[in-house]
Amino acid sequence: MADISIDNIPYTVAEGKNLLEVCLSLGIKLPYFCWHPAMGSVGACRQCAVTVFKDVNDTRGRLMMACMEPVRDGLYISVNNASARAFRAQNIEWLMTNHPHDCAICDEGGACHLQDMTVLTGHAYRKYNYPKRTHLNQNLGPLIHHEMNRCIQCYRCVRYYKEYAGGRDLDVFAAHDLVYFGRAHEGNLENEFSGNLTEVCPTGVFTDKTLRQHYTRKWDMTMAPSICPHCSLGCNVIAGERYGSLRQITNRHNPFVNGYFLCDRGRYGYDFSNQPQRIPEPLIDNVVATPEILFNKLSEIVINNKLIGIGSPRASLEANFALRQLVGVENFYQSLSEPETELTKKILAINQSGTIHTPSMADIERTDAVLILGEDPTNSAPRLALSLRQALRNQPLEEAESIRVPSWNDAALREKIQDQSGPLYIAYPRSTKLDDLATHTNHLAPNAIADWAFALAQLLEQPDSPPASLSNQNHADLMAIAQTLKRSKRPLIVSGMSLFNEQILQAAYRIALALNKQDQKTDLALILPESNSTGLALLQAPSIEKAFSRASNESIDGVLVLEQDLYRQFPLEKVDGFLSRIEHLIVIDQIHHGTTSKATIVLPSTTFAESSGTLVNSEGRGQRYYAVFVPGSEAIRPAWSWLNDLRQIKGGLQVEELDQHPDLLSELIELLPEFAGLDRVGPKPGYLIHEQKIPREPHRFSGRTAMSAHLTISEPKPPVDTHSPYGFTMEGYRGLPPAPLAPYYWAPSWNSGQAVNQYQQDFNGELKENFYGFRLFPGPVQTPVSWSAEQPENISNGDIELVPFVHIFGSEWLSSLSPGIASLAPKPYLALSVLEATRYGLEPDIEAKLQIGAKTFTLTVQIHPEMPEGIAGIPYQIMGLTGIEWPSFGKINPETS
Amino acid sequence: MISILRTMALTFLHLFHKKETIQYPEEKVPLRPRWRGRIVLTRDPDMGERCVGCYLCAAACPVDCISLQATEDENGRRYPEFFRINFSRCIFCGYCEEACPTYAIQLIPDFEMAEYNRQNLVYEKEDLLINSEGKYPGYNYYKMAGVAVGVKPKGGGSQENPPVNIHRLLP
Repeated sequence: MADISIDNIPYTVAEGKNLLEVCLSLGIKLPYFCWHPAMGSVGACRQCAVTVFKDVNDTRGRLMMACMEPVRDGLYISVNNASARAFRAQNIEWLMTNHPHDCAICDEGGACHLQDMTVLTGHAYRKYNYPKRTHLNQNLGPLIHHEMNRCIQCYRCVRYYKEYAGGRDLDVFAAHDLVYFGRAHEGNLENEFSGNLTEVCPTGVFTDKTLRQHYTRKWDMTMAPSICPHCSLGCNVIAGERYGSLRQITNRHNPFVNGYFLCDRGRYGYDFSNQPQRIPEPLIDNVVATPEILFNKLSEIVINNKLIGIGSPRASLEANFALRQLVGVENFYQSLSEPETELTKKILAINQSGTIHTPSMADIERTDAVLILGEDPTNSAPRLALSLRQALRNQPLEEAESIRVPSWNDAALREKIQDQSGPLYIAYPRSTKLDDLATHTNHLAPNAIADWAFALAQLLEQPDSPPASLSNQNHADLMAIAQTLKRSKRPLIVSGMSLFNEQILQAAYRIALALNKQDQKTDLALILPESNSTGLALLQAPSIEKAFSRASNESIDGVLVLEQDLYRQFPLEKVDGFLSRIEHLIVIDQIHHGTTSKATIVLPSTTFAESSGTLVNSEGRGQRYYAVFVPGSEAIRPAWSWLNDLRQIKGGLQVEELDQHPDLLSELIELLPEFAGLDRVGPKPGYLIHEQKIPREPHRFSGRTAMSAHLTISEPKPPVDTHSPYGFTMEGYRGLPPAPLAPYYWAPSWNSGQAVNQYQQDFNGELKENFYGFRLFPGPVQTPVSWSAEQPENISNGDIELVPFVHIFGSEWLSSLSPGIASLAPKPYLALSVLEATRYGLEPDIEAKLQIGAKTFTLTVQIHPEMPEGIAGIPYQIMGLTGIEWPSFGKINPETS
Repeated sequence: MISILRTMALTFLHLFHKKETIQYPEEKVPLRPRWRGRIVLTRDPDMGERCVGCYLCAAACPVDCISLQATEDENGRRYPEFFRINFSRCIFCGYCEEACPTYAIQLIPDFEMAEYNRQNLVYEKEDLLINSEGKYPGYNYYKMAGVAVGVKPKGGGSQENPPVNIHRLLP
């Protein structure tokens, strides 16, 4: 600890940080631009000047940039003395000489770091009476709007984009005061994390283009803490609503999960909830049903019939549990195929076993050697890839420790390590975005990846008896990899189920165990497909295929499908065959799809932003999301609420007597010990701060008495939230809530997202209170994972093995319905190696037919020279390529006989 | 007693004073141009909508009676998709006019807005928008702003240099 004095007030602070961080965490309002908590200091903007004195007797002092000044014992500084203040005011005045008169039409306005800093320094009138420099904009694609005039040259964008996120297509051009941040040629930004530019940029150069379509100021949005529903990582987000539609997703800082950044799927995937395909009303046989008719019909079905329920990996834990309790454990299935169920079961078993550590994303950023087996994290769990990029800096940084530069001194450290990167080994059928950092890449077919990984496992387990079946070159490679992994202090194995290959999982587990024997510091991160895959797996339901076969053997009266399109998962004839045996098909979902069109009853459910619920991410972290707003129609209700009503009706209650606020989570914990502790994911119901709720609306929320005045002049009573710490209005506790509970980041003088610094005592570290979710791994009962010895047989019948390539844009259904994401999704393609393409006589960009089962798809051929022979890749679950059961085989250009 | 007589005398004298009462509505009230009455949305000198949908008036409104939604035309020019003032709540404080960075929203000397039905006090954009520049003629926000939205090209403003050629490195 260091004793320092700031403006004659003594403080005791932790050593090893820079002065700016320390000042901000003490609540001192020191303006800054180029510093970023995740990206460190470069001292480029000259905004955080403070006066540093030699000692108490020194009256003159000297100006220093706080972000470049390490904290040391006995430091004596002044933030508010005249010379430092004048310097900062002068600096802003210079920055503003070229800044356009745009605030009124700038999307950043009201959430602008530059506005905040300008007001903080007191600059109000432009004295510089000469022309401003101007720049032409570029079209950077459907997600980001570019308005280069507003730039203040802090270099944060290129530092983030090139250095932090590994992008290559955004750079700085021209010279001196004319510098330009953009692409060499106009076009879509290629990096999957480009959306963070909108938050990284302190002004309005990069703004959210999807927000522009329904522009709303930050102060006008109703916001609540939420969890991204678009992949298994469970990144924390803030969702904002206005006039009944979801407007924007911004990052919510969770030091254990997503830190300061999101991926573009998470940031821009929200627009599905505003699409016309939303189900607005309950339907009986495709006719809108009134509540009386609906409940009569539902009670009749629920009371008199034998129902089975199909749970969903994208529905909340509460909804799945309510369904399980409604239909009974023996009638509860999950909407995954048999192989998927087996894979998730295995992943769960590994994570629960307690034999290996399941890392959070913060843990991943602390690892120093990475082995990726059969996953393309950039596409299947995007935010993880960004963490991997940071992890790969750890080894070179450790070597750089000799020069004794503090960890926040970003420019110096990057200069020192240049483009060195820690060891990264990738085994995947084709090149991935992380290949540029990889020490060694191996492009293999899924089974070959497993064999390769087994060989590596054996090398690690028994270094003296190497596997026999290896070529010399392979052996040398494997030896080198084994050596490096063994030497590293904290190796990380990343694998998952996106190739639908259980052996890869087994191999990954064996490698992790072998490494773990040494020092117990190995991490194994296993990627799952959906936001609540882990939660559903924990409910231990059999796969839907068991329900298919059951339906063909015995009569089932009705099926309740929860938030899933069976036609997307399974071939048409299989689902049709199943549904034809069913009398009543009840589907609960947010959006119309194939299965809802077949349903006898469709019940509209809420999106993630319209209801509260709990999701368990791939790390086993249970996290709670809260309703941002109440949907306009009363008919749209949370899935758990529909199901819980049905359950009570089945139990003999009348519609008027139903309990609308069940405590499903407590019931779940009581019934299943695996979920113990899940009630600690957030505050208890009835949580208040100083007897007040936390308002979802900022204090400057506008239009309260006019927004519904066209409908009726009397303002409606705002909805009441009895079960969360939040109120739906702007009334309530006006101080800063605990950081994990903050519905939005705002603090006096800090209107932009950078206000997060006022919520933290310690950047990137521990925070004031802990409601950052609760980890369910390792499980209460820890059993080592066993694997069946039998090898799955490959029935190919001369067909080619198909490999599913997951895509960040398009492979996840909900986000793929958002127009921005949809426009970036790939068109159906067939990826082949050169050899396979020649074998089938195919050229790039021509159309080929691919027959899978009874269905034939028309795909555009892509040649990937790095791909191995014997496989063909197709994008996983994109629009137009659904209804395929994985793992899958197909015929290319089959004879039409 | 004396005070009562004095009061009556003073009241009597008022018969000969200048009359303050006017015969409204036959006779109109003289109002100054800065009098804060009915709110209008004005147009810029090119007769384009002045309002750029910045939400500052709504934010400044102490009774929160202004509600709008910004949208864009094909050039990217911002304008309000709808603009609603609930005059049954309005207190005519004029904060919206002060907050407006484009002189779009203006309070004019007109108070004759009485309605039998409260619902008729909700004014939409069609009711608010006038074909005039109002009190501040000659100002066009988009001529001063840095964006190019069909009013002037990039760098075409009076206080702007032409766009930088980013391939040129000379000082």
